[in-house]
Amino acid sequence: MTKPKVGFYWCASCGGCEEAVVDLHEAILDVVAAVDIVFWPCAMDFKRTDVEAMADGELAVCFINGAVRTSEQFEMVELLRRKAGVVIAFGACAQSGGIPGLANFTSKAAILANVYEDTRTTVNPHKTYPQATVQVPEGTLTLPVLDETVRALGQAIPVDYYLPGCPPPAKLIADAVGAILAGTLPAPGSVLAPNVGVCHECTRKETKPEKMLVTQFKRPHQVLIDPAQCLLAQGLVCLGPDTRSGCGAACPAGNMPCTGCLGALDQVRDFGAKALSGLASVLDAGEDAAIDAGLAGVPDPAGTFYRYSLPASELFAKLPE
Amino acid sequence: MSDTPAFEPRIVAFFCNWCTYTAADLAGTARLTYAPNVRVVRIMCSGRLDPQFVVTALRQGADGVLIGGCHPGDCHYQEGNYKMLRRFHLLKRMLKQFGIDDQRVRLEWISASEGDKVQRVINEMVAQVRDLGPLALVGKPTPHPDASEKHAAA
Repeated sequence: MTKPKVGFYWCASCGGCEEAVVDLHEAILDVVAAVDIVFWPCAMDFKRTDVEAMADGELAVCFINGAVRTSEQFEMVELLRRKAGVVIAFGACAQSGGIPGLANFTSKAAILANVYEDTRTTVNPHKTYPQATVQVPEGTLTLPVLDETVRALGQAIPVDYYLPGCPPPAKLIADAVGAILAGTLPAPGSVLAPNVGVCHECTRKETKPEKMLVTQFKRPHQVLIDPAQCLLAQGLVCLGPDTRSGCGAACPAGNMPCTGCLGALDQVRDFGAKALSGLASVLDAGEDAAIDAGLAGVPDPAGTFYRYSLPASELFAKLPE
Repeated sequence: MSDTPAFEPRIVAFFCNWCTYTAADLAGTARLTYAPNVRVVRIMCSGRLDPQFVVTALRQGADGVLIGGCHPGDCHYQEGNYKMLRRFHLLKRMLKQFGIDDQRVRLEWISASEGDKVQRVINEMVAQVRDLGPLALVGKPTPHPDASEKHAAA
């Protein structure tokens, strides 16, 4: 029996998702024994021509992490979509845009100007910017072009499944691989993680008060965090109630509030707006001044609530100036 | 005069069942005329207004969103309007970060007897949003349908 062929690819992301695969530890040996990894540029020597040489649908499953920002990324994901039977958006950036997606708060022109001119350590008297093509004596050189905005993978190509997280927790990866091998994947379009909130798995769950009331939101550096009490009840901006579980509530267990990396539950259309709603609702203040004072601990609402999901949000990006 | 038709804003209004919606009814029976640019959605309480409704309305073509609830202390459910007020403070701050003008999203307390206030607020807001012009959000790429159709065909 031939083993199913599997590919991994990396677009606009930090590389943490590639690390997460290795975080399977010894279990990765079982994966390698069960599947044939035929494309994984980060770990092994494969070229684009190797993928082009494959028949359409020859890859059983392709795990793609990262958002889509460049022409090269778009070409590669389109190519992999043709070659793969199942495409899994791997990690928060592929699922909903992730941290690179926050670039949608600024324009491509502003990003390029910052990198190639404005940073203090940059000396660029001729205002040299990267070009898509350049003529040199040896011929024409080409570079990928930056898109105007960052897209989540599902906004660039059709995606079959989503493995959420920044990065996806090892258990979810192992479960997904197990489901692929056993042929027990759920309906296409599913997120491969439980549809319950992080609080469900949180070690502090028992200390969550019946009626949550917070008079002042605080940032983690402003307070000595009680290691046992519910973080939200302590006034910390914990997005656990709004965020999908599957991580074992690792951050709250490490004394850090949940930042929402596993993304929205199935019922939620716009993670940021929903998380904003939940957080503001527990504020115990009635007058305008008290409300503003209490919410001062959330200095950057858009960055807080859309930290991992700006491209997937309804508003998508900031209006141009 | 230019040949292009004047911009007519589209405003989605979420009115609470107990106060503002009743006030809008009163404005109707009292024959108070107001700008026809508002599409009213009745919700049971301003506290039912999920900020997702606001961003979805803006994405789907609204140039402004008006929220109407009972005066503080008058909520049929005791504190729904306070919940809305807290969300509204944070939501306004967030929308500003997206470059959306303050005047496009407005919260007003209008009691069941204040039909004239419905008229005034709507006329005011329509005029303000008309001056601001259409809300031109950055085009959002349509998500591809997940590959379920492909699977169904296979």
